Amino acid sequence: MTISSTSEQVWWKEPLERTELIWIVIALVWCLIMFFMMPFWHIYGQQNLANEAYRAKPEDFMNKTQAMVDKYKVREEGPANLRVPVVRPPAGSDVYLIARLWSWYPMLELESGKSYRIHLMSMDWLHGFSLQPENINIQVHPGYEHVITVTPTNPGTYAIICNEYCGVNHHTMASRLYVVK
Amino acid sequence: MTVNRMFRTCPSSGLVFHEPAEKLMRWNAVVAVVSLLIGGILALGVVLTRWQAVHILPPDMFYQVLTAHGINMLIFWVIFFEIAVLYFASSTLLKARLATPRIAWAAFWLMVLGALVNNYSVLRGDSSVMFTSYAPMGAHPTFYLGLILFAVGALVACFVFFGTLVVARAERTYRNSVPLVTFGAITAAIIAVFTIAAGAIILIPTFLWSVGLVEHIDSLMYKTVWWAFGHSSQQINVAAHVSVWYAIAAIVFGAKPMSEKVSRSAFLLYILFLQLASAHHLLTDPGLTSNWKIFNTSYAMYLAVLASMVHGLTVPGSIEVAQRKKGYTQGLFEWLRKAPWGNPSFSAMFISLIGFGFLGGISGVMMGTEQLNLIIHNTIYVPGHFHATVVVGTTLAFMGLTYFLIPVLFRRELAFPTLAKWQPYVFGLGMSAVSLFLMGAGTLGVPRRHWDISFAGNAFPHEFPGAAWLMMALAGITGLIAIVGGGMYLLITVWSVFLGKRIVTPGFQHVRAKDGVAPRPVAAGQPVIAGHGSAGMTAPGTFVLAMVFLVSFVLYYFINWKYLSTVWPLK
Repeated sequence: MTISSTSEQVWWKEPLERTELIWIVIALVWCLIMFFMMPFWHIYGQQNLANEAYRAKPEDFMNKTQAMVDKYKVREEGPANLRVPVVRPPAGSDVYLIARLWSWYPMLELESGKSYRIHLMSMDWLHGFSLQPENINIQVHPGYEHVITVTPTNPGTYAIICNEYCGVNHHTMASRLYVVK
Repeated sequence: MTVNRMFRTCPSSGLVFHEPAEKLMRWNAVVAVVSLLIGGILALGVVLTRWQAVHILPPDMFYQVLTAHGINMLIFWVIFFEIAVLYFASSTLLKARLATPRIAWAAFWLMVLGALVNNYSVLRGDSSVMFTSYAPMGAHPTFYLGLILFAVGALVACFVFFGTLVVARAERTYRNSVPLVTFGAITAAIIAVFTIAAGAIILIPTFLWSVGLVEHIDSLMYKTVWWAFGHSSQQINVAAHVSVWYAIAAIVFGAKPMSEKVSRSAFLLYILFLQLASAHHLLTDPGLTSNWKIFNTSYAMYLAVLASMVHGLTVPGSIEVAQRKKGYTQGLFEWLRKAPWGNPSFSAMFISLIGFGFLGGISGVMMGTEQLNLIIHNTIYVPGHFHATVVVGTTLAFMGLTYFLIPVLFRRELAFPTLAKWQPYVFGLGMSAVSLFLMGAGTLGVPRRHWDISFAGNAFPHEFPGAAWLMMALAGITGLIAIVGGGMYLLITVWSVFLGKRIVTPGFQHVRAKDGVAPRPVAAGQPVIAGHGSAGMTAPGTFVLAMVFLVSFVLYYFINWKYLSTVWPLK
């Protein structure tokens, strides 16, 4: 049976068939193009993750966040039992966003066209920062403070949802992000 | 201890089965199918909940069912079946006795025990941690214990496979190199060994953590090492199902690889480069540099991608060469038009090949690109991708092999042949549609592993666009079609194996293979390159198909870069 037979010739000495040779060359070139796209985008593209991250303790991160909230809070939103502060930090500043079971804290209001250094960290388990409908998705770890510089483009109301499964109320972990002119 | 050297020769295929190996293959295959049945019933719960209009399960039960669905399908179904394939590729294809059948049975029962213990923990309700079980979210200790027992069993089975290769070599049961299918199985087994090693490195400390002996498990460390296990286990599947493609091409068409050198080198690339590619699960994680991410996903992964692209050409290419030799030489595609589309082994294999390449392969490479991952990570695009690779690719290929094995291994006639003829189409096309719709929904931002995208009762709900809801509904409907296809497979196999008409061979008996004597050498085959093609190519039709694939790949890849360029600047 063909399935269990091999040729007499040692396999690495067999000749290459032309179809295969051409295909291998084409496929290899394509693989190289795909490889170079990534460094290329780091140089010429706008959407890259920085390599900036720090180990941090939850309580320190909480304190920094609270300091920012106290300083730049503009209002509160949500039902009476679940008031969430809305913070409007100055452009270019360090902005802190906490992910925890099962909420985001605080709510941010950013100016379009301005850049912000957003610090992301989880207080407990893994969470997923998912900005909708922009569809930017970033993993959030406990103990790792991840710094991302973002520049919102269009004004509007955006949603931040959790897209890393984090227990039974995972689907309730949603918040807002405002972008104003 | 006496060694059982009794063999039987299958009258319909000429394959030689060692008595204990045969029994082990049957039992492993049966438990695999039972796992598929359990996973399939659970799939119903997942599909009918994520289809928002139906939304059948409460949240805690949904997450529980999703956890059990993932583990039973991704681990228990595929690995039990793969162990059967390993024994087939060693003992049967090399006409050798299986090394240490008793240890192989111990491995089997250890795997069964592990599967039971793990399912028990999920059934308890306090271990709904998903397939990935990301620490510091913790499960009941039996969750990890079950996986560890299963992994040890699988590792032992891999070593029985390696032992059988040694026996075959020592007893000179084959000449020259091992056949290509066995070579592919060796690839799968080698990947399995380092996969299980990575699993041990992460699961044992996590188990100790769950019982309170280890204080802290770092989330990033867990995720990094876990994926060396989690993703690599999917590479075992790739190596195994590519071997099954070659096996079915050989069984159905008598096809030989276009050149052994190319196919085998491609398998070697898998061994060398697949493991590092698991880094693509960490592309949006903090604490890892872009250099690390790019090196591990591209330098390494793209050589593995190259290997898959090579197999994607050589498997249909070998079929084309075989068909052209039979006289189907008209035009570019007569060989494909006149292929046995009513033979479920062939149709399953071919749909598996196309689905794995076009849907699973292209989407996988795209989202494994550092920056593109930003617009994909953890959306339901990801399940869309791996239902194309593991379900359309691996599961469907295994289904195709089953239709061959039922008469050969179980000696039963295939029940419901008409149903079997349609099964690969219902299952394969249904599941391909599920993949497409999930990818569509993911592109619109729908998260994976999420009970309620309507955010009912939430203070700050997000409203997904109508198209996303439509995609999820379509994924629900086509998911049901795929489940019907899976049910057809289960009905056919279970009925055939337990109630099917026995194939009786008069005068059948197991006979002793002469110890240490090589079988008569087979006459050397025709040289493979034998001018049946055109333009100096033996398989021009396949080449055209490959170019269609490449064009789709390139277009889709750059469309996603274009899409990325429109989102908020990040740095």
